[in-house]
Amino acid sequence: MKVEVRVFPRSDVLDPQGKAIAAALARLGHRAVRDVRAGKVFFLDVEGSDASQVERDARRMAEELLANTVIEGFDVKVVG
Amino acid sequence: MRFAIVVFPGSNCDADCLHIARDLLGCEAEYVWHKDRDLKEADAVILPGGFAYGDYLRAGALARFSPVMESVSEFAKAGRPVLGICNGFQVLLEAGLLPGAVRVNHGLRYVCRDVFMRVENTETGFTRLYERGSVVRMPIGHMEGNYTAPPQTLEALERERRVVFRYCDADGRVTDGANPNGAAANIAGIANREGNVVGLMPHPDRCAEGVLGNDVGRKMFESVVHALAER
Repeated sequence: MKVEVRVFPRSDVLDPQGKAIAAALARLGHRAVRDVRAGKVFFLDVEGSDASQVERDARRMAEELLANTVIEGFDVKVVG
Repeated sequence: MRFAIVVFPGSNCDADCLHIARDLLGCEAEYVWHKDRDLKEADAVILPGGFAYGDYLRAGALARFSPVMESVSEFAKAGRPVLGICNGFQVLLEAGLLPGAVRVNHGLRYVCRDVFMRVENTETGFTRLYERGSVVRMPIGHMEGNYTAPPQTLEALERERRVVFRYCDADGRVTDGANPNGAAANIAGIANREGNVVGLMPHPDRCAEGVLGNDVGRKMFESVVHALAER
């Protein structure tokens, strides 16, 4: 099954990359942009047919490795 | 007195640490490959700087799963001295042997220059030969040194005096301008509660002998030799 894990800086943690990107967008004239947070997305191909089990496993993977939960949050979506 | 210097794929300050231990301090020192679990009867372990696993995913994130880290973790939890320098500090953070995390520098650039730090705690295994409150100059070279931790952790670090080094100006003033990477409370290095595990972003290994123009870092290595000799 295909799983997407999105990892992003926690909202209470300053995101220097997001801030720099927001400033660059403003310089390009995209003045409607209020805020940018820059994260990562992982596309996993996982063996299994039980979507909820695969999702639970992917959550554990995120907690153990893909995200550093001191500074990052994550969400998991089984996409098919 | 024997040092173990852990070598990850991508470590690049391992030879510097070995040289300091063997040639400058006259101690025994051995490399320990990251796939090994045997710390070779070491009395102290050093996680050197570099780019373990190419810093893939996050700096230190993959190195922490190396077999050797299980042994390092047991060694640390037994109260024995472990020093993490730069990338080695990042590995200690990812491994949970020290609290908090580092983000990309606030200026989004790799910063490679000398900084000043105030020595805040001289009761750790690696700082006892420094004078508390003294200002030392050491080089840094990192992209992710912007230390952060949840507010309660930062409070605990202050309360328990576990901030070991703090970025400051040449006169010892802790200012935003003296902070090279945006680290919370100008934190350059911290210790665990027991003081046997210390990690810092600056490089004492790159300023450990006169020929390098600065030997202030040597005391970090001498401190642990001194501490162990007293036992």
